[in-house]
Amino acid sequence: MSKGGAVAGLTERAGDRLFRYGVLCAGLAVVGLAAALALELASGSRLAWSEFGPAFLWSSSWNPVSERFGALPFLYGTLVSSALALAIAGPLGVGSAIFLAELAPRRISDACCFFIEILAAVPSVVLGLMGIFILVPGVRAVSPFLIEHLGFLPFFRGTPYGVGMLTAGLILSIMILPYITSISREVLLSVPRPLKEAALALGATRWETVRLVSLPYARSGILGAVFLALGRALGETMAVTMVIGNSPRISASLFDPAYTMAAVLANELAEATSDLHLHALMAIAGTLFMLTLGMNALARWMILGTPTARRRP
Amino acid sequence: MTDARLRRRKIVNGLMFSLTAACTIACLAVLFVILGYIVYHGAAALDWSFLTRLPKPVGEPGGGIANAMVGSAKIVALAAVLGVPVGVLGAVYLHEFGHNRIGFVIRYAADLLNGMPSIVIGVFAYGLIVLPMKRFSALAGSAALAVIMIPIVLRSTEEFLRLVPASLREAGLALGVPRWKVILLVVIPSAWGGILTGILLAVSRIAGESAPLIFTAFGNRFWDNGWLNPMSALPLTIYTYAISPYEDWHRQAWAAAMVLVLVVLAGNVLARLLMRGGRGASNA
Repeated sequence: MSKGGAVAGLTERAGDRLFRYGVLCAGLAVVGLAAALALELASGSRLAWSEFGPAFLWSSSWNPVSERFGALPFLYGTLVSSALALAIAGPLGVGSAIFLAELAPRRISDACCFFIEILAAVPSVVLGLMGIFILVPGVRAVSPFLIEHLGFLPFFRGTPYGVGMLTAGLILSIMILPYITSISREVLLSVPRPLKEAALALGATRWETVRLVSLPYARSGILGAVFLALGRALGETMAVTMVIGNSPRISASLFDPAYTMAAVLANELAEATSDLHLHALMAIAGTLFMLTLGMNALARWMILGTPTARRRP
Repeated sequence: MTDARLRRRKIVNGLMFSLTAACTIACLAVLFVILGYIVYHGAAALDWSFLTRLPKPVGEPGGGIANAMVGSAKIVALAAVLGVPVGVLGAVYLHEFGHNRIGFVIRYAADLLNGMPSIVIGVFAYGLIVLPMKRFSALAGSAALAVIMIPIVLRSTEEFLRLVPASLREAGLALGVPRWKVILLVVIPSAWGGILTGILLAVSRIAGESAPLIFTAFGNRFWDNGWLNPMSALPLTIYTYAISPYEDWHRQAWAAAMVLVLVVLAGNVLARLLMRGGRGASNA
Protein backbone atom coordinates (compact mmCIF):
# COMPACT_ATOMS: atom_id res chain seq x y z
CA MET A 1 0.00 0.00 0.00
CA SER A 2 2.96 2.29 0.47
CA LYS A 3 2.98 2.71 -3.30
CA GLY A 4 -0.68 3.68 -3.22
CA GLY A 5 0.41 7.32 -3.29
CA ALA A 6 2.19 6.83 -6.57
CA VAL A 7 -0.93 7.11 -8.69
CA ALA A 8 -0.37 6.33 -12.36
CA GLY A 9 3.37 6.04 -12.24
CA LEU A 10 4.13 9.23 -10.32
CA THR A 11 7.05 8.64 -7.99
CA GLU A 12 6.64 9.35 -4.29
CA ARG A 13 7.84 12.84 -3.45
CA ALA A 14 10.54 13.40 -0.86
CA GLY A 15 8.12 15.13 1.49
CA ASP A 16 5.73 12.23 1.24
CA ARG A 17 8.45 9.74 1.99
CA LEU A 18 9.61 11.74 5.00
CA PHE A 19 6.03 11.93 6.26
CA ARG A 20 5.49 8.21 5.80
CA TYR A 21 8.63 7.38 7.76
CA GLY A 22 7.62 9.87 10.45
CA VAL A 23 4.23 8.31 11.11
CA LEU A 24 5.74 4.85 10.73
CA CYS A 25 7.98 5.70 13.70
CA ALA A 26 4.91 6.45 15.82
CA GLY A 27 3.35 3.15 14.78
CA LEU A 28 6.52 1.22 15.48
CA ALA A 29 6.75 2.91 18.89
CA VAL A 30 3.55 1.06 19.82
CA VAL A 31 5.13 -2.23 18.74
CA GLY A 32 8.29 -1.28 20.61
CA LEU A 33 6.34 -0.63 23.80
CA ALA A 34 4.57 -3.97 23.63
CA ALA A 35 7.86 -5.76 22.97
CA ALA A 36 9.62 -3.85 25.76
CA LEU A 37 6.80 -4.78 28.14
CA ALA A 38 7.20 -8.49 27.36
CA LEU A 39 11.00 -8.29 27.56
CA GLU A 40 10.92 -6.37 30.84
CA LEU A 41 8.63 -8.93 32.45
CA ALA A 42 10.78 -11.79 31.17
CA SER A 43 14.16 -10.39 32.18
CA GLY A 44 12.87 -8.90 35.42
CA SER A 45 11.64 -12.29 36.61
CA ARG A 46 14.52 -14.56 35.53
CA LEU A 47 15.87 -15.05 39.08
CA ALA A 48 12.52 -16.38 40.27
CA TRP A 49 12.18 -18.80 37.36
CA SER A 50 15.75 -20.09 37.71
CA GLU A 51 15.40 -20.46 41.48
CA PHE A 52 12.01 -22.17 41.60
CA GLY A 53 11.49 -23.38 38.03
CA PRO A 54 7.96 -23.98 36.75
CA ALA A 55 7.08 -25.19 40.27
CA PHE A 56 6.75 -21.47 41.05
CA LEU A 57 3.28 -21.74 39.54
CA TRP A 58 2.06 -24.57 41.77
CA SER A 59 3.97 -23.97 44.97
CA SER A 60 1.78 -22.41 47.62
CA SER A 61 4.19 -20.84 50.10
CA TRP A 62 4.77 -17.12 49.93
CA ASN A 63 7.21 -15.89 52.50
CA PRO A 64 9.35 -12.82 51.78
CA VAL A 65 11.30 -13.32 55.02
CA SER A 66 12.51 -16.83 54.28
CA GLU A 67 12.52 -16.06 50.54
CA ARG A 68 10.22 -18.89 49.56
CA PHE A 69 7.91 -17.88 46.75
CA GLY A 70 5.10 -19.69 44.99
CA ALA A 71 2.28 -18.20 42.94
CA LEU A 72 -0.46 -20.73 43.57
CA PRO A 73 -2.47 -18.83 46.23
CA PHE A 74 -2.58 -15.77 43.96
CA LEU A 75 -3.38 -17.78 40.85
CA TYR A 76 -6.16 -19.51 42.76
CA GLY A 77 -7.53 -16.24 44.15
CA THR A 78 -7.49 -14.57 40.74
CA LEU A 79 -9.19 -17.47 38.98
CA VAL A 80 -11.82 -18.13 41.67
CA SER A 81 -12.75 -14.48 42.20
CA SER A 82 -13.06 -13.98 38.43
CA ALA A 83 -15.12 -17.13 38.04
CA LEU A 84 -17.37 -15.98 40.86
CA ALA A 85 -17.78 -12.58 39.20
CA LEU A 86 -18.66 -14.29 35.96
CA ALA A 87 -21.21 -16.54 37.66
CA ILE A 88 -22.97 -13.44 39.00
CA ALA A 89 -22.53 -10.99 36.14
CA GLY A 90 -22.89 -13.46 33.29
CA PRO A 91 -26.61 -14.33 33.67
CA LEU A 92 -27.44 -10.80 34.80
CA GLY A 93 -25.62 -9.21 31.88
CA VAL A 94 -26.91 -11.55 29.20
CA GLY A 95 -30.42 -11.27 30.67
CA SER A 96 -30.46 -7.52 30.46
CA ALA A 97 -28.88 -7.66 27.00
CA ILE A 98 -31.81 -9.82 25.88
CA PHE A 99 -34.26 -7.33 27.30
CA LEU A 100 -32.46 -4.34 25.76
CA ALA A 101 -32.02 -5.93 22.35
CA GLU A 102 -35.28 -7.83 21.92
CA LEU A 103 -37.98 -6.22 23.97
CA ALA A 104 -37.24 -2.62 24.91
CA PRO A 105 -38.02 0.09 22.36
CA ARG A 106 -34.84 1.27 20.65
CA ARG A 107 -34.70 4.66 22.36
CA ILE A 108 -35.14 3.25 25.85
CA SER A 109 -32.64 0.55 25.02
CA ASP A 110 -30.06 3.11 23.90
CA ALA A 111 -30.63 5.22 26.99
CA CYS A 112 -30.30 2.23 29.33
CA CYS A 113 -27.15 1.13 27.55
CA PHE A 114 -25.72 4.63 27.90
CA PHE A 115 -26.25 4.49 31.67
CA ILE A 116 -24.90 0.97 32.00
CA GLU A 117 -21.75 2.03 30.17
CA ILE A 118 -21.32 4.87 32.67
CA LEU A 119 -20.92 2.12 35.25
CA ALA A 120 -17.83 1.00 33.32
CA ALA A 121 -16.33 4.48 33.68
CA VAL A 122 -16.55 4.62 37.48
CA PRO A 123 -12.93 4.41 38.67
CA SER A 124 -11.93 1.13 40.27
CA VAL A 125 -10.72 2.78 43.47
CA VAL A 126 -14.13 4.39 43.98
CA LEU A 127 -15.83 1.00 43.64
CA GLY A 128 -13.32 -0.29 46.19
CA LEU A 129 -14.40 2.47 48.56
CA MET A 130 -18.01 1.40 48.09
CA GLY A 131 -16.92 -2.17 48.68
CA ILE A 132 -15.22 -1.38 51.99
CA PHE A 133 -18.12 0.61 53.40
CA ILE A 134 -21.17 -1.13 51.91
CA LEU A 135 -20.36 -4.61 50.61
CA VAL A 136 -18.08 -5.70 53.44
CA PRO A 137 -20.59 -4.93 56.21
CA GLY A 138 -23.33 -6.35 53.98
CA VAL A 139 -21.54 -9.65 53.45
CA ARG A 140 -20.69 -9.77 57.15
CA ALA A 141 -24.37 -9.39 57.97
CA VAL A 142 -25.61 -11.98 55.49
CA SER A 143 -22.98 -14.66 55.92
CA PRO A 144 -24.10 -16.10 59.30
CA PHE A 145 -27.41 -16.89 57.63
CA LEU A 146 -25.67 -18.59 54.71
CA ILE A 147 -23.36 -20.51 57.04
CA GLU A 148 -26.32 -21.74 59.02
CA HIS A 149 -28.40 -22.89 56.07
CA LEU A 150 -25.82 -23.81 53.44
CA GLY A 151 -23.02 -24.78 55.83
CA PHE A 152 -23.08 -28.37 54.57
CA LEU A 153 -21.30 -27.07 51.44
CA PRO A 154 -17.56 -26.42 51.83
CA PHE A 155 -17.97 -22.99 50.22
CA PHE A 156 -20.05 -21.60 53.05
CA ARG A 157 -18.02 -22.39 56.13
CA GLY A 158 -15.66 -20.50 58.38
CA THR A 159 -15.70 -17.14 60.05
CA PRO A 160 -17.53 -14.27 58.36
CA TYR A 161 -14.97 -11.44 58.40
CA GLY A 162 -16.76 -9.56 55.66
CA VAL A 163 -13.61 -9.25 53.57
CA GLY A 164 -12.87 -12.27 51.42
CA MET A 165 -13.42 -14.10 48.18
CA LEU A 166 -17.19 -13.57 48.03
CA THR A 167 -16.92 -9.80 48.50
CA ALA A 168 -14.22 -9.63 45.83
CA GLY A 169 -16.38 -11.63 43.44
CA LEU A 170 -19.32 -9.32 44.04
CA ILE A 171 -17.35 -6.15 43.40
CA LEU A 172 -15.75 -7.69 40.29
CA SER A 173 -19.15 -8.64 38.98
CA ILE A 174 -20.21 -4.99 39.18
CA MET A 175 -17.12 -4.02 37.21
CA ILE A 176 -17.60 -6.51 34.36
CA LEU A 177 -21.39 -6.26 34.13
CA PRO A 178 -21.33 -3.30 31.69
CA TYR A 179 -18.96 -5.09 29.30
CA ILE A 180 -21.08 -8.23 29.15
CA THR A 181 -24.32 -6.28 28.77
CA SER A 182 -23.25 -3.83 26.13
CA ILE A 183 -21.33 -6.27 23.91
CA SER A 184 -24.02 -8.97 24.15
CA ARG A 185 -26.61 -6.39 23.24
CA GLU A 186 -24.63 -5.37 20.15
CA VAL A 187 -24.31 -9.00 19.12
CA LEU A 188 -28.02 -9.69 19.66
CA LEU A 189 -28.92 -6.58 17.66
CA SER A 190 -26.90 -7.93 14.75
CA VAL A 191 -29.12 -11.01 14.41
CA PRO A 192 -30.80 -10.63 11.00
CA ARG A 193 -34.45 -9.62 11.21
CA PRO A 194 -35.73 -12.12 8.62
CA LEU A 195 -34.53 -15.01 10.78
CA LYS A 196 -36.51 -13.74 13.75
CA GLU A 197 -39.52 -12.90 11.63
CA ALA A 198 -39.51 -16.39 10.17
CA ALA A 199 -39.72 -17.90 13.66
CA LEU A 200 -42.47 -15.47 14.68
CA ALA A 201 -44.41 -16.24 11.50
CA LEU A 202 -44.30 -19.94 12.37
CA GLY A 203 -46.10 -19.10 15.59
CA ALA A 204 -43.22 -18.98 18.03
CA THR A 205 -43.62 -16.65 20.98
CA ARG A 206 -41.05 -13.87 21.33
CA TRP A 207 -39.19 -15.76 24.03
CA GLU A 208 -39.10 -18.89 21.88
CA THR A 209 -37.67 -16.76 19.07
CA VAL A 210 -34.96 -15.52 21.43
CA ARG A 211 -34.20 -19.01 22.68
CA LEU A 212 -34.32 -20.84 19.37
CA VAL A 213 -33.09 -18.21 16.91
CA SER A 214 -31.33 -15.22 18.46
CA LEU A 215 -29.33 -16.91 21.20
CA PRO A 216 -27.95 -19.76 19.05
CA TYR A 217 -27.05 -17.25 16.36
CA ALA A 218 -25.35 -14.89 18.81
CA ARG A 219 -23.80 -17.61 20.94
CA SER A 220 -20.17 -17.19 19.94
CA GLY A 221 -20.38 -13.40 20.18
CA ILE A 222 -21.88 -13.57 23.66
CA LEU A 223 -19.21 -16.06 24.73
CA GLY A 224 -16.64 -13.64 23.35
CA ALA A 225 -18.13 -10.86 25.47
CA VAL A 226 -17.92 -13.11 28.52
CA PHE A 227 -14.27 -13.95 27.87
CA LEU A 228 -13.47 -10.27 27.31
CA ALA A 229 -15.05 -9.50 30.67
CA LEU A 230 -13.07 -12.36 32.20
CA GLY A 231 -9.89 -10.78 30.83
CA ARG A 232 -10.84 -7.55 32.60
CA ALA A 233 -11.67 -9.33 35.84
CA LEU A 234 -8.36 -11.18 35.94
CA GLY A 235 -6.35 -7.96 36.03
CA GLU A 236 -8.64 -5.78 38.14
CA THR A 237 -6.58 -4.41 40.98
CA MET A 238 -7.75 -1.66 43.26
CA ALA A 239 -11.29 -2.66 44.18
CA VAL A 240 -10.24 -6.28 44.73
CA THR A 241 -7.20 -5.34 46.80
CA MET A 242 -9.43 -3.30 49.06
CA VAL A 243 -11.94 -6.04 49.86
CA ILE A 244 -10.34 -9.46 49.41
CA GLY A 245 -8.48 -9.51 52.71
CA ASN A 246 -5.00 -10.02 51.26
CA SER A 247 -4.06 -13.32 52.81
CA PRO A 248 -2.09 -15.80 50.68
CA ARG A 249 -3.94 -18.92 51.77
CA ILE A 250 -6.03 -21.34 49.77
CA SER A 251 -9.37 -22.14 51.29
CA ALA A 252 -12.51 -23.58 49.79
CA SER A 253 -14.70 -21.25 51.82
CA LEU A 254 -15.84 -18.11 50.04
CA PHE A 255 -15.88 -16.19 53.32
CA ASP A 256 -12.16 -16.60 53.95
CA PRO A 257 -9.73 -13.85 53.02
CA ALA A 258 -7.76 -14.56 49.86
CA TYR A 259 -5.30 -12.79 47.57
CA THR A 260 -5.01 -12.15 43.84
CA MET A 261 -2.04 -11.68 41.54
CA ALA A 262 -2.89 -8.04 40.88
CA ALA A 263 -3.40 -7.37 44.59
CA VAL A 264 -0.05 -8.79 45.64
CA LEU A 265 1.65 -6.58 43.04
CA ALA A 266 -0.18 -3.53 44.37
CA ASN A 267 0.73 -4.31 47.97
CA GLU A 268 4.28 -5.58 47.77
CA LEU A 269 6.07 -4.22 44.71
CA ALA A 270 6.87 -0.82 46.20
CA GLU A 271 8.34 -2.50 49.29
CA ALA A 272 10.16 -5.42 47.71
CA THR A 273 13.70 -5.12 49.03
CA SER A 274 15.43 -8.34 48.03
CA ASP A 275 16.14 -9.17 44.42
CA LEU A 276 14.42 -12.53 44.65
CA HIS A 277 11.23 -10.99 46.06
CA LEU A 278 11.22 -8.44 43.24
CA HIS A 279 11.80 -11.11 40.62
CA ALA A 280 9.05 -13.28 42.11
CA LEU A 281 6.63 -10.35 41.84
CA MET A 282 7.74 -9.73 38.25
CA ALA A 283 7.12 -13.42 37.56
CA ILE A 284 3.58 -12.96 38.88
CA ALA A 285 3.14 -9.95 36.59
CA GLY A 286 4.40 -12.08 33.71
CA THR A 287 1.92 -14.83 34.54
CA LEU A 288 -0.88 -12.28 34.64
CA PHE A 289 0.34 -10.95 31.27
CA MET A 290 0.17 -14.39 29.67
CA LEU A 291 -3.20 -15.18 31.23
CA THR A 292 -4.80 -11.94 29.99
CA LEU A 293 -3.20 -12.34 26.59
CA GLY A 294 -4.69 -15.81 26.22
CA MET A 295 -8.10 -14.73 27.43
CA ASN A 296 -8.25 -11.73 25.09
CA ALA A 297 -7.11 -13.80 22.12
CA LEU A 298 -9.86 -16.30 22.86
CA ALA A 299 -12.42 -13.48 23.18
CA ARG A 300 -11.40 -11.81 19.93
CA TRP A 301 -11.45 -15.10 18.07
CA MET A 302 -15.00 -15.74 19.30
CA ILE A 303 -16.36 -12.25 18.60
CA LEU A 304 -14.78 -12.28 15.16
CA GLY A 305 -16.38 -15.67 14.67
CA THR A 306 -19.83 -14.06 14.62
CA PRO A 307 -19.88 -12.80 11.01
CA THR A 308 -18.81 -16.23 9.76
CA ALA A 309 -21.73 -17.74 11.61
CA ARG A 310 -23.94 -15.33 9.71
CA ARG A 311 -23.16 -17.03 6.43
CA ARG A 312 -24.30 -20.38 7.70
CA PRO A 313 -27.76 -21.34 6.30
CA MET B 1 -55.39 -29.28 25.09
CA THR B 2 -53.83 -26.91 22.54
CA ASP B 3 -55.31 -24.06 24.50
CA ALA B 4 -53.55 -25.16 27.63
CA ARG B 5 -50.22 -25.50 25.84
CA LEU B 6 -50.57 -22.12 24.23
CA ARG B 7 -51.40 -20.59 27.57
CA ARG B 8 -48.34 -22.22 29.11
CA ARG B 9 -46.09 -20.95 26.33
CA LYS B 10 -47.46 -17.45 26.77
CA ILE B 11 -46.87 -17.61 30.51
CA VAL B 12 -43.27 -18.74 29.95
CA ASN B 13 -42.87 -15.89 27.47
CA GLY B 14 -44.11 -13.31 29.94
CA LEU B 15 -42.13 -14.79 32.80
CA MET B 16 -38.82 -14.85 30.94
CA PHE B 17 -39.19 -11.31 29.69
CA SER B 18 -40.08 -10.08 33.17
CA LEU B 19 -36.92 -11.78 34.38
CA THR B 20 -34.76 -10.09 31.77
CA ALA B 21 -36.39 -6.76 32.58
CA ALA B 22 -35.56 -7.37 36.22
CA CYS B 23 -31.92 -7.95 35.20
CA THR B 24 -31.84 -4.60 33.44
CA ILE B 25 -33.38 -2.84 36.39
CA ALA B 26 -30.82 -4.49 38.66
CA CYS B 27 -27.95 -3.22 36.47
CA LEU B 28 -29.30 0.31 36.47
CA ALA B 29 -30.04 0.15 40.20
CA VAL B 30 -26.40 -0.71 40.92
CA LEU B 31 -25.27 2.40 39.06
CA PHE B 32 -27.72 4.71 40.77
CA VAL B 33 -27.03 3.27 44.22
CA ILE B 34 -23.32 3.87 43.68
CA LEU B 35 -23.73 7.41 42.39
CA GLY B 36 -26.30 8.26 45.05
CA TYR B 37 -24.13 6.90 47.84
CA ILE B 38 -21.09 8.85 46.67
CA VAL B 39 -23.06 12.08 46.41
CA TYR B 40 -24.71 11.45 49.79
CA HIS B 41 -21.44 10.83 51.63
CA GLY B 42 -19.24 13.07 49.53
CA ALA B 43 -21.35 16.18 49.57
CA ALA B 44 -21.45 16.14 53.37
CA ALA B 45 -17.67 16.27 53.57
CA LEU B 46 -17.02 18.58 50.66
CA ASP B 47 -16.35 22.27 51.12
CA TRP B 48 -14.09 24.95 49.75
CA SER B 49 -11.30 24.50 52.27
CA PHE B 50 -11.16 20.78 51.47
CA LEU B 51 -10.38 21.65 47.87
CA THR B 52 -7.78 24.29 48.64
CA ARG B 53 -5.79 22.95 51.60
CA LEU B 54 -2.94 20.52 52.01
CA PRO B 55 -3.47 17.32 54.01
CA LYS B 56 -2.94 17.71 57.76
CA PRO B 57 -0.32 15.57 59.52
CA VAL B 58 -1.42 12.02 60.33
CA GLY B 59 -3.87 11.93 63.20
CA GLU B 60 -4.90 15.55 62.97
CA PRO B 61 -8.45 16.03 61.62
CA GLY B 62 -9.17 18.35 58.72
CA GLY B 63 -6.99 19.21 55.78
CA GLY B 64 -7.68 18.93 52.09
CA ILE B 65 -6.70 17.49 48.75
CA ALA B 66 -5.29 20.52 46.90
CA ASN B 67 -1.95 18.81 46.23
CA ALA B 68 -3.67 15.63 45.03
CA MET B 69 -5.82 17.50 42.53
CA VAL B 70 -2.86 19.47 41.17
CA GLY B 71 -0.75 16.29 41.11
CA SER B 72 -3.42 14.36 39.22
CA ALA B 73 -3.75 17.16 36.68
CA LYS B 74 0.01 17.33 36.15
CA ILE B 75 0.49 13.57 35.85
CA VAL B 76 -2.42 13.21 33.42
CA ALA B 77 -1.28 16.23 31.40
CA LEU B 78 2.24 14.84 30.96
CA ALA B 79 0.78 11.44 30.09
CA ALA B 80 -1.32 13.09 27.38
CA VAL B 81 1.69 15.00 26.05
CA LEU B 82 3.63 11.75 25.81
CA GLY B 83 0.82 9.53 24.60
CA VAL B 84 -1.33 11.58 22.24
CA PRO B 85 1.27 12.22 19.50
CA VAL B 86 2.20 8.54 19.36
CA GLY B 87 -1.45 7.49 19.27
CA VAL B 88 -2.58 10.02 16.66
CA LEU B 89 0.43 9.68 14.35
CA GLY B 90 0.36 5.90 14.68
CA ALA B 91 -3.29 5.99 13.65
CA VAL B 92 -2.38 8.15 10.62
CA TYR B 93 0.13 5.48 9.60
CA LEU B 94 -2.43 2.71 10.07
CA HIS B 95 -5.06 4.55 8.07
CA GLU B 96 -2.88 5.84 5.25
CA PHE B 97 -0.24 3.16 4.82
CA GLY B 98 -1.13 0.39 7.23
CA HIS B 99 -2.84 -2.17 5.02
CA ASN B 100 0.22 -4.38 5.04
CA ARG B 101 2.11 -6.65 7.37
CA ILE B 102 3.56 -3.78 9.42
CA GLY B 103 0.05 -2.43 9.94
CA PHE B 104 -1.08 -5.85 11.12
CA VAL B 105 1.76 -6.01 13.66
CA ILE B 106 1.00 -2.48 14.94
CA ARG B 107 -2.69 -3.31 15.34
CA TYR B 108 -1.80 -6.49 17.17
CA ALA B 109 0.56 -4.66 19.53
CA ALA B 110 -2.07 -1.99 20.20
CA ASP B 111 -4.67 -4.64 21.02
CA LEU B 112 -2.21 -6.36 23.33
CA LEU B 113 -1.51 -3.12 25.20
CA ASN B 114 -5.21 -2.28 25.29
CA GLY B 115 -6.09 -5.57 26.94
CA MET B 116 -3.27 -5.49 29.50
CA PRO B 117 -4.33 -4.90 33.11
CA SER B 118 -3.23 -1.43 34.20
CA ILE B 119 -1.24 -2.90 37.07
CA VAL B 120 0.96 -4.80 34.60
CA ILE B 121 1.61 -1.54 32.75
CA GLY B 122 2.52 -0.05 36.13
CA VAL B 123 5.00 -2.88 36.75
CA PHE B 124 6.47 -2.12 33.32
CA ALA B 125 7.01 1.55 34.20
CA TYR B 126 8.41 0.52 37.57
CA GLY B 127 11.00 -1.74 35.98
CA LEU B 128 11.81 0.71 33.20
CA ILE B 129 11.98 4.00 35.10
CA VAL B 130 11.70 3.62 38.89
CA LEU B 131 14.27 0.83 39.34
CA PRO B 132 17.07 2.36 37.20
CA MET B 133 16.54 5.82 38.73
CA LYS B 134 16.19 4.34 42.22
CA ARG B 135 13.36 6.71 43.10
CA PHE B 136 9.59 6.95 42.75
CA SER B 137 8.71 9.72 40.35
CA ALA B 138 5.75 11.47 38.77
CA LEU B 139 7.49 10.91 35.45
CA ALA B 140 7.18 7.15 35.83
CA GLY B 141 3.49 7.54 36.69
CA SER B 142 2.90 9.65 33.59
CA ALA B 143 4.78 7.14 31.44
CA ALA B 144 2.57 4.31 32.72
CA LEU B 145 -0.61 6.30 32.05
CA ALA B 146 0.69 7.25 28.59
CA VAL B 147 1.14 3.57 27.71
CA ILE B 148 -2.45 2.91 28.82
CA MET B 149 -3.65 5.86 26.77
CA ILE B 150 -1.84 5.18 23.48
CA PRO B 151 -3.90 2.20 22.22
CA ILE B 152 -7.20 3.95 23.11
CA VAL B 153 -6.23 7.11 21.20
CA LEU B 154 -4.82 5.05 18.33
CA ARG B 155 -8.00 3.05 17.84
CA SER B 156 -10.45 5.95 18.12
CA THR B 157 -8.35 8.19 15.85
CA GLU B 158 -8.14 5.51 13.18
CA GLU B 159 -11.89 5.09 13.31
CA PHE B 160 -12.52 8.81 12.83
CA LEU B 161 -9.95 9.10 10.03
CA ARG B 162 -11.90 6.40 8.23
CA LEU B 163 -15.01 8.59 8.32
CA VAL B 164 -13.37 11.38 6.30
CA PRO B 165 -14.95 11.28 2.82
CA ALA B 166 -12.59 10.16 0.08
CA SER B 167 -13.76 13.03 -2.11
CA LEU B 168 -12.12 15.58 0.22
CA ARG B 169 -8.77 13.88 -0.10
CA GLU B 170 -9.16 13.40 -3.83
CA ALA B 171 -9.98 17.08 -4.29
CA GLY B 172 -6.73 17.98 -2.58
CA LEU B 173 -4.69 15.48 -4.56
CA ALA B 174 -6.31 16.60 -7.82
CA LEU B 175 -5.09 20.12 -7.15
CA GLY B 176 -1.56 18.74 -7.08
CA VAL B 177 -1.09 19.10 -3.32
CA PRO B 178 1.48 16.62 -1.99
CA ARG B 179 0.00 13.75 -0.08
CA TRP B 180 1.52 14.68 3.27
CA LYS B 181 0.01 18.15 3.00
CA VAL B 182 -3.37 16.71 2.11
CA ILE B 183 -3.22 14.48 5.19
CA LEU B 184 -2.02 17.21 7.55
CA LEU B 185 -4.13 20.09 6.22
CA VAL B 186 -7.29 18.36 4.96
CA VAL B 187 -7.77 14.87 6.38
CA ILE B 188 -6.69 15.41 9.99
CA PRO B 189 -8.44 18.79 10.45
CA SER B 190 -11.73 17.41 9.16
CA ALA B 191 -11.51 14.50 11.63
CA TRP B 192 -10.27 16.77 14.41
CA GLY B 193 -13.52 16.83 16.39
CA GLY B 194 -13.63 13.05 16.59
CA ILE B 195 -9.95 12.76 17.39
CA LEU B 196 -10.31 15.24 20.28
CA THR B 197 -13.33 13.29 21.55
CA GLY B 198 -11.28 10.10 21.58
CA ILE B 199 -8.52 11.89 23.47
CA LEU B 200 -11.04 13.17 26.01
CA LEU B 201 -12.33 9.63 26.53
CA ALA B 202 -8.79 8.33 27.04
CA VAL B 203 -7.91 11.16 29.44
CA SER B 204 -11.00 10.56 31.55
CA ARG B 205 -10.11 6.88 31.66
CA ILE B 206 -6.52 7.40 32.88
CA ALA B 207 -7.53 10.12 35.35
CA GLY B 208 -9.28 7.45 37.43
CA GLU B 209 -6.43 4.93 37.31
CA SER B 210 -4.68 4.24 40.59
CA ALA B 211 -3.14 0.79 40.21
CA PRO B 212 -0.23 1.89 38.00
CA LEU B 213 0.50 4.90 40.23
CA ILE B 214 1.01 3.08 43.54
CA PHE B 215 4.62 2.19 42.84
CA THR B 216 5.43 4.91 40.31
CA ALA B 217 4.10 8.30 41.40
CA PHE B 218 3.78 6.82 44.90
CA GLY B 219 1.86 9.70 46.52
CA ASN B 220 2.99 12.61 48.60
CA ARG B 221 1.39 14.54 51.45
CA PHE B 222 2.91 17.88 50.43
CA TRP B 223 3.27 19.97 47.30
CA ASP B 224 5.35 18.04 44.83
CA ASN B 225 9.04 18.65 44.19
CA GLY B 226 9.06 18.34 40.42
CA TRP B 227 8.71 15.50 37.95
CA LEU B 228 11.50 13.35 39.35
CA ASN B 229 9.99 13.10 42.81
CA PRO B 230 6.93 11.39 44.26
CA MET B 231 3.71 13.21 43.46
CA SER B 232 0.26 12.93 44.91
CA ALA B 233 -2.73 11.93 42.80
CA LEU B 234 -6.44 11.90 43.59
CA PRO B 235 -6.97 8.11 43.15
CA LEU B 236 -3.95 7.41 45.37
CA THR B 237 -5.32 9.69 48.08
CA ILE B 238 -8.67 7.90 47.98
CA TYR B 239 -6.93 4.54 48.26
CA THR B 240 -4.72 5.57 51.18
CA TYR B 241 -7.57 7.21 53.06
CA ALA B 242 -10.05 4.39 52.42
CA ILE B 243 -7.84 1.65 53.86
CA SER B 244 -6.70 3.79 56.80
CA PRO B 245 -8.18 3.24 60.27
CA TYR B 246 -9.11 6.91 60.80
CA GLU B 247 -12.74 8.02 60.76
CA ASP B 248 -11.85 11.49 59.50
CA TRP B 249 -9.83 10.08 56.60
CA HIS B 250 -12.80 7.92 55.57
CA ARG B 251 -14.90 11.07 55.41
CA GLN B 252 -12.24 12.71 53.25
CA ALA B 253 -12.03 9.62 51.04
CA TRP B 254 -15.74 10.00 50.20
CA ALA B 255 -15.32 13.68 49.39
CA ALA B 256 -12.26 12.99 47.22
CA ALA B 257 -14.17 10.15 45.51
CA MET B 258 -16.98 12.54 44.69
CA VAL B 259 -14.55 15.00 43.10
CA LEU B 260 -12.90 12.22 41.10
CA VAL B 261 -16.19 10.70 39.95
CA LEU B 262 -17.52 14.11 38.91
CA VAL B 263 -14.46 14.82 36.78
CA VAL B 264 -14.18 11.35 35.26
CA LEU B 265 -17.87 10.91 34.50
CA ALA B 266 -18.17 14.44 33.10
CA GLY B 267 -15.34 13.70 30.67
CA ASN B 268 -16.72 10.30 29.78
CA VAL B 269 -20.31 11.42 29.26
CA LEU B 270 -19.30 14.51 27.29
CA ALA B 271 -17.07 12.45 25.01
CA ARG B 272 -19.76 9.84 24.38
CA LEU B 273 -22.45 12.42 23.73
CA LEU B 274 -20.17 14.14 21.21
CA MET B 275 -19.36 10.81 19.59
CA ARG B 276 -23.01 9.88 19.39
CA GLY B 277 -23.77 13.16 17.65
CA GLY B 278 -20.82 12.64 15.33
CA ARG B 279 -21.46 9.25 13.86
CA GLY B 280 -25.00 8.13 14.55
CA ALA B 281 -26.42 6.47 17.63
CA SER B 282 -25.73 2.90 16.56
CA ASN B 283 -22.07 2.63 17.50
CA ALA B 284 -21.71 5.35 20.10
